[in-house]
Amino acid sequence: MTTASNTGIFLRAALDGAPFMLVVAPFGLLFGVISTEAGLSLAEVIAFSVLVIAGAAQFTALQLMLEHAPTLLILAAGLVVNLRMAMYAAALAPHLGAAPLRWRLLMGYFNFDQSFALGLQAYEAQPAWSMPQKIAYFLGVALPLGGLWVLVTWLGAVTGAIIPDNYALDFAMPITFLALVAPGLKSPAHMAAAATSIALALALAWLPAGLGLILAAMAAMAVGAEVERRGAGP
Amino acid sequence: MSYDTWEIWLLIGGLGLGTFLIRFSFLGLIGGRRMPEWVLRHLRYAPVAVLPGLVAPLVIWPEATGGAPDLPRAAAALATLAVGLWTRSTIWSILAGAGTLFGLIALGV
Repeated sequence: MTTASNTGIFLRAALDGAPFMLVVAPFGLLFGVISTEAGLSLAEVIAFSVLVIAGAAQFTALQLMLEHAPTLLILAAGLVVNLRMAMYAAALAPHLGAAPLRWRLLMGYFNFDQSFALGLQAYEAQPAWSMPQKIAYFLGVALPLGGLWVLVTWLGAVTGAIIPDNYALDFAMPITFLALVAPGLKSPAHMAAAATSIALALALAWLPAGLGLILAAMAAMAVGAEVERRGAGP
Repeated sequence: MSYDTWEIWLLIGGLGLGTFLIRFSFLGLIGGRRMPEWVLRHLRYAPVAVLPGLVAPLVIWPEATGGAPDLPRAAAALATLAVGLWTRSTIWSILAGAGTLFGLIALGV
């Protein structure tokens, strides 16, 4: 596998990421439609998806705008929702931290749920990969999905297509996240962390958007690490 | 919507820049250095610490139904989880979830 060409690895990564197109596409389309209907201009809608590329944060911001929240509070809430990506950066750092700065800047921009989850999974399975091979895999997942995200946002914005509620596009995100997590629940420590995350996120749902989630995540990481330290994982 | 154009652009720009800094953070600051084992032990659980908590309220209080529990969405979430655990495959997991959701809705459940 270590002799695989960078192009070959890029294409394999694109294939690994392809199933997520089924959920990224309707989700981005929905963002385009809803944000346009909420009164944002085409340029603003596209800028959201190009500059932020984070579905959960974009929808959080949109929801709070519809509730007429103060701009700075919306900004804070959106960023708190995205704080989890600092953990992604930290988890990727041992694998990608030695890459040249321009590549790290590019991968930082593209460091989202799918590229992180598939990338880390691949790096742990292929410890012998060279840095160019690791970069090729990461971008192979991220470029098609990121490009599609912007494309379908634009499509949703310009067509303003009417999407019936019973198509349940709102549920694309939960399915994406669950499909990312389930295959990784491979030890009692992972199970304990997930259970802690669910219980605390629900219990703290009354806190401002994103804050309960971050507190739940911190506690869940500590629980997972402690269960592992006591010999039950990973 | 009650925002001036400059407020909307401030929000988009701020969210974009802030999100990039978060995403880049440790990739930029730590460089090629290894982190202590206890840090890695915590980060190993980052995905399973965040994503279940992100999903749980969306499953239990779906926004599309105004927060009322909904059988197709709950069943789809269970199918996604069960098939993901069983097959260890993200692909089959998504297909099971989407199939369950759209199947039940098509049946009028």
